[in-house]
Amino acid sequence: MLAGAFFTYIEGVIMKYSGAEITIKLLEKEGIDIITGIPGGTNLPLYSALAKSKIRHILARHEQGAGFMSHGMARSTGETAVCFACSGPGATNLLTAIADAKMDSVPIIAITGQVPSSLIGTDAFQEVDIYGITIPITKHNFLIRSAEELLRIIPEAFRIASEGRPGPVLIDIPKDVQLEMIEIESFDRSFEEDDLPIYIDEVEIKKAARMINRSRKPVLYAGGGIILSGAEDMLLNFSHKSSIPVASTLMGLGCFPSSDDMFIGMLGMHGQRYTNYIMREADLILAFGVRFDDRATGKVKEFCPNAKIIHIDIDGAEMNKIKKADIAIQGDIKQAIKQLLPLIEHNDRKEWTETIMDMREKHPISKTTKHDEQLPKAIIKKIGGFAGEDTIITTDVGQHQMWVAQCYPFSKPRTLLTSGGLGTMGFGFPAAIGASLANPGKKVICFSGDGSFLMNIQELSTLYELKLDIKIIIFNNRHLGLVRQQQEYFYGKEYIASQFYCKTDFAKIGEGFGIESYDLEMAENPFLTLEKTIKKEGPVLINIPLAPEENVTPMVAPGCANYEMIGGEINE
Amino acid sequence: MNNIANTIIELIVNNHPGVMSHITGLFTRQAFNLEGILCGKIEDGSKSRMYLLVNDDDRLEQIIKQIEKLYDVLEITVQKDYDHTIFNRLHEIIMSDR
Repeated sequence: MLAGAFFTYIEGVIMKYSGAEITIKLLEKEGIDIITGIPGGTNLPLYSALAKSKIRHILARHEQGAGFMSHGMARSTGETAVCFACSGPGATNLLTAIADAKMDSVPIIAITGQVPSSLIGTDAFQEVDIYGITIPITKHNFLIRSAEELLRIIPEAFRIASEGRPGPVLIDIPKDVQLEMIEIESFDRSFEEDDLPIYIDEVEIKKAARMINRSRKPVLYAGGGIILSGAEDMLLNFSHKSSIPVASTLMGLGCFPSSDDMFIGMLGMHGQRYTNYIMREADLILAFGVRFDDRATGKVKEFCPNAKIIHIDIDGAEMNKIKKADIAIQGDIKQAIKQLLPLIEHNDRKEWTETIMDMREKHPISKTTKHDEQLPKAIIKKIGGFAGEDTIITTDVGQHQMWVAQCYPFSKPRTLLTSGGLGTMGFGFPAAIGASLANPGKKVICFSGDGSFLMNIQELSTLYELKLDIKIIIFNNRHLGLVRQQQEYFYGKEYIASQFYCKTDFAKIGEGFGIESYDLEMAENPFLTLEKTIKKEGPVLINIPLAPEENVTPMVAPGCANYEMIGGEINE
Repeated sequence: MNNIANTIIELIVNNHPGVMSHITGLFTRQAFNLEGILCGKIEDGSKSRMYLLVNDDDRLEQIIKQIEKLYDVLEITVQKDYDHTIFNRLHEIIMSDR
């Protein structure tokens, strides 16, 4: 058999394939065209099969980078993405990316090499029980015992990752299974696809519609579920028809145009004052595709104390988990809104709309004075002004992430990729690489901080090879800013382990990797440099020095109610 | 038998190594103790029936929902009125220190 021809399936001819070849063939069948990863001893048969495939491999510099690149692909497209790692440290390096995917419902499949079956349990070189380790952080996982099993499990893994509430799946394949040769007649998928949205019980929908029509002060609390379900257009119609304001979670940003009159911003710990005040006033909360995360609700008992709750989510386990709902409906949110829409009465809610406008005026997004232009929020808004609505934004975790969430004018779903649930520093840059790979022609901007960026800085080497249109913006305050801020607010200004004494020259580091780099400290006209470089094609790194005292406001202290906010007042 | 537990969760699950870990992991995570486990293969051995004896607790509803979501769990029944004798004899064996 010719080396390049082993994937050619000839009708009626039984051919022999290795487990590795079967795996790659099945991934091709699932429509995978890019795999990120790093090879090692125990997954070399997979790589050998990959060499003969049309699937493109992206070599990361750390498995966590590979994992978050798959996030970037999956989060920006909604399609399941795949990453590879070898056994032992390769596999454990993927853990953070897998846990992150569980928290944010991201469909990724991690395929790890494992020591040969005969050595499992012997503490063999680079052996780790990755199956056992990943039980609590995957939607499901598999340890493959024979090449034959792959035929069922690989397609099944794709179904599990994307069906219902998406999530990560890990497939651990021992090396001997990758090498095992078996005869195969057909690669046809053996399971039946069932993509039809499930009709939601009309009785519950009618009850919900009645409650919405009767309410005087409803608020939509919209989350990542809207984006996962593709319900953004439906949500817009729904909000407009009944004049219901929309507050978004961090994961929901982009599900509703931020320029729309009905949009009242992100709620929760770093929500605007008026957003949290309006939520408190509400008499009905429409919790659509949300899970009542503590960063969104604040002290749960005091979250929207005057409101009834209609909770709709695809995951039944989210019902009444944190907050008891008056009406809890399990189902696809797009389907639910579709059924609700005709039952909702047109309503201009004059009184409520006026109250909201009034709140907005009394508690606006904090206005600042003279040094306005230097502030991170002003920079983010400026970039948002010229970047274009299709530009994909990724963030790391910390102050810069919250500034972006507060100020960037998102208007389309899947334009913000951020680690919401797990809050992983180091997420943003590899995710940007993945997003750019999966969206050729779209610009990707990664907002990062100096602390976060240092956590996956090695991927600059990957970026250099790929020459992608990614702009890395590092807000550099030489601190773990959000930690410093909490020490200032809640630990009596006792600063410990939150400052970097090393003055890292990121522009020089970027250049060291061959990436065009700028430091705005040196720039005569920082905004002009910013605009010019961002509009360019190709990778650019931009360092923006920042005062460490610049805090994210408003802020709700952990464990406090959302109306108890620190800072963010007018003329602060 | 000292019976403070008053709920049995009966499961039909796929029978392969790892299923027990998936199930008990959910209890570990919530620091929820299992008072008794009975498990045996059924049919051709591709499935098992499992009885979990648990204390009644506010967290039970959430754990049951999480169990329902497990890939290898095919059926779940929660019995408040269970047949005591299932675990009684088992308990005798355990207590008899043989």
